[in-house]
Amino acid sequence: MEAGAQNSGSGGEQPLHRALGLTDGERDEVEALLGRPPNHLELALFAVMWSEHCSYKSSRVHLKRLPTVAPYVLVGPGENAGVIDAGDGIAVAIRIESHNHPSAIEPYQGAATGVGGILRDIFTMGARPIAVMDPLFFGDPAEARQRWLIEGVVAGISGYGNSVGVPTVGGELTFDPCYAQNPLVNVLCMGVLPVERLVLGQASGVGNLAVLLGSSTGRDGIGGVSVLASAGFGGEDDAASESKRPSVQVGDPFEEKRLIEACLELLDAKLVVGIQDLGGAGLVCATSETAARGGVGMDVDVSAVPRREDGMVAYEVMTSESQERMLAIVTPRDLPRVQEVCERWEVRASVVGRVTDAPDGVPGRLRILDGFDGEVLGDVPAVALSEDAPLYHRPLARPANQDARLADDPGALPAPADCGPDVLALLTDPAWVYRQYDHQLFLNTVEAPGGDAAVLRLAAPGLPPSERGLALSTDSNPGWCSLDPRQGTAATVAEAALNVACSGARPMAVVNCLNFGNPEHAEVMWQLSEAVDGMSEACLGLSLPVIGGNVSLYNESAGIDIDPTVVIGVLGLIERLAVRPPGVTLVPDAALVLFDGGPELSSDPPTPPPLGGSRWAKEIRGHRNGTLPRLDLAGHARLLSLVTALIGEGVSGGPALVAGIHDVSGGGLGVALAELSVRSGVGISVAGIGDHHELFTESPSRVLVCTTQVAGLVSRAADAGVRFRVLGTTGGDRITVEGLVDVSVDEATTAWRDRLPALLDEFAPAVSN
Amino acid sequence: MPSRVGVVMFPGTNCEHDVVQAVNGLGGTAELVWHGNSSVSGYDALILPGGFAHGDYLRPGAIARFSPVMEAVGRFAAEGGPVVGICNGFQVLTEAGLLPGALQKNRGLRFLCATVDIRVETDRSVLTSGIAPGTVLSIPINHFEGNYTCDAETLARLRGDERVILRYVDNPNGSIDGIAGVCNEERNVVGLMPHPERASDALTGSVDGAVLLRSLLASALTSANA
Repeated sequence: MEAGAQNSGSGGEQPLHRALGLTDGERDEVEALLGRPPNHLELALFAVMWSEHCSYKSSRVHLKRLPTVAPYVLVGPGENAGVIDAGDGIAVAIRIESHNHPSAIEPYQGAATGVGGILRDIFTMGARPIAVMDPLFFGDPAEARQRWLIEGVVAGISGYGNSVGVPTVGGELTFDPCYAQNPLVNVLCMGVLPVERLVLGQASGVGNLAVLLGSSTGRDGIGGVSVLASAGFGGEDDAASESKRPSVQVGDPFEEKRLIEACLELLDAKLVVGIQDLGGAGLVCATSETAARGGVGMDVDVSAVPRREDGMVAYEVMTSESQERMLAIVTPRDLPRVQEVCERWEVRASVVGRVTDAPDGVPGRLRILDGFDGEVLGDVPAVALSEDAPLYHRPLARPANQDARLADDPGALPAPADCGPDVLALLTDPAWVYRQYDHQLFLNTVEAPGGDAAVLRLAAPGLPPSERGLALSTDSNPGWCSLDPRQGTAATVAEAALNVACSGARPMAVVNCLNFGNPEHAEVMWQLSEAVDGMSEACLGLSLPVIGGNVSLYNESAGIDIDPTVVIGVLGLIERLAVRPPGVTLVPDAALVLFDGGPELSSDPPTPPPLGGSRWAKEIRGHRNGTLPRLDLAGHARLLSLVTALIGEGVSGGPALVAGIHDVSGGGLGVALAELSVRSGVGISVAGIGDHHELFTESPSRVLVCTTQVAGLVSRAADAGVRFRVLGTTGGDRITVEGLVDVSVDEATTAWRDRLPALLDEFAPAVSN
Repeated sequence: MPSRVGVVMFPGTNCEHDVVQAVNGLGGTAELVWHGNSSVSGYDALILPGGFAHGDYLRPGAIARFSPVMEAVGRFAAEGGPVVGICNGFQVLTEAGLLPGALQKNRGLRFLCATVDIRVETDRSVLTSGIAPGTVLSIPINHFEGNYTCDAETLARLRGDERVILRYVDNPNGSIDGIAGVCNEERNVVGLMPHPERASDALTGSVDGAVLLRSLLASALTSANA
């Protein structure tokens, strides 16, 4: 067999290691580790494993600053997924990933394989995936290319997720010109498992077999993690992205569905010692990581790997990112039973490796062989691939214009004559997206997409019975993070936690996806470092462990970096879920109360509520600068406890003081009021909002509550040390904010409901019938 | 004795556990039946649940109709046993020729997951017996190929024989004549695109689907005792 790497073609004269994505220094480091020059195959293995995507070489030094422990955390960052103990003998696994660059090149398959990849991360842990969420970021949908991307990404998630049979229960949709060339497609998956089924991706037991399950291996996705995920785009150069298209994998949800069922059956029957998915960097990653984690070595017979096409060389087989594959470590005794289960599910199972000894003190070797007794094509320490990647302390620099941006505050912008049209322009119903996703499968979805958080029963086939529920929210605020990555990230954590609290859940754990620009730009590394510190502060202040994350760098095109985009997922636990939470709604003839856990504004001199970072300033007035409102973590924590308790009592079947609830976030009070109204069809009459500052400020730590029991509700707020204010009443068919807004519920509903269809269905296929 | 319901499962089916849970919650006894089985004896009724049997490759139901279990389903139906195909199960039953017509891609060419209102048009079927015609039920749909179609002659016969058992109140997918569910001439084989199992628990939003499933369980007992 030919062990050499073919020239990747794009570089022409450049040395092989650079064409594969390694720097000169990294190539020398490989030689030092091996004590000899690497051959072509070995170089290819290091290139993918030491890629930014796999090794986190630029971000790892910063990520260490995140708090990761809590008594209920069973598995923290670094494994395939974070896992918490949810009680009742049930564990919850959660992970978030990005599939940005593949989706920019080929939106349908890029997004589809993003879903497929994260599902494997979850069932690798022994968990059944029960929910997916997709935060999406695109450029201006008025442009045809953006519509092509949106249509393709949503169809890819829908086509794969619906078919594989995991509900997509929420997400986010953000439009900003900074994503025009580099859209972001993040995907979060949550799974559940009986605690005793928890497995880790490690190999053990010398002589045990590595069995490759699932699809055959083709040339799709070779170099996906290195040449695609770990480099930016050139800009408007279509030919360059065209040339990267073969690095995008192609998904097959039917194969994945059978793989999920087969793997869960193998785990239930205790037929595997360890199991690992094949994702980025394919077989080399799965074999080296399982061996390194288990402190053993592994022999891989590359000739035993079933191929999709002829003429594939060893490096292609080892680094292919063909989808729907898993690596199971099994004892020779159990192999026939493993094959039997796989046969029933029509899943291919091939022995491709053997666990080998790691004599005392010597790291286990990953050997690539042409037949177990054949030629040795490559021989490297397994741990060198998975753990010895260089760690970069890249230079950090606060952007030169940061102070000028903070000082350029939108507070001085002239007030609108009528705030009504601005409120309407800020309303968007995301139903166009989530109606394309099966969000109900498994009969667990209590709160569907579109609310503050998705709410699910904690139930699945094979789980012990439980009365608990789960709440899940993803949030981001790239505009904020661009102005102040530290505080913007802290506020994003706070908002996501508040969203799950609004469902009666106690926020339990955080996962994050850090989408940033080019780490070789010092300003980007400063943003990353600040964001990590902001996340750390908020998580410490709110007692939330970070149990997993993903870093996506090189999100740039033509040298322009995207806004720092920190996506925060918060998982919350509802003690007893017997009744549906009130959700984002109103009942007529009730009172509207505002809870405010934020810092009090100075009255001497009088300070208007800040508009820096607000959607109103950015989207209505095109003003992207200013100073962010402050966040008070202690006050926010008090608000979280109050809201969790109030809603929690209701959902457990107890007395319900709250008839409807919504956090105040993007678009401020104006949008929050209008959303409550359009989702219920009930009008609102509010007074005492001073001006557009107060209507549109996005000061954190605020919640609108609809109640028919004002006295009882506000006394609870007073007891909890949370400020409150009765804003007005509900009823009628108009949304009025005295002196500022007077629109009909109907026109608000139309604006809200029709915005996305008007943008995205304009060129939709002709309607038949 | 509770009705024993066989829930037929193909590789790629994904609503099987939901149907089992809903049927058991209503007092029935549901069991999974693997598509490789060539017998369905011992059941009072069969449900072909939703999902993507064999990945919906070629077209929905086109491969599933050749699974060994389908011959047994055909015999069960011929003997008068109640058979209900939900969503993908409906597609399989049309491909297998147990129900007339076909399900094509939705008008608008997009997947649709939403709760819609459907109207019960007749009480003369194993799924609607005992339910007053005109009753409107709020039940989720979840499909890409749910746009029911058939030739004019078939449509005339379906209408004449009162074999359109369910219609959408507000047609979401372009189905001819707003058809959401039909039955065969003997009225013991039913196909519908909405998912009654998804509307069987107040906690998740609606219990209107339970109305249909209860009717099926009652029909199953009647048929078993006949």
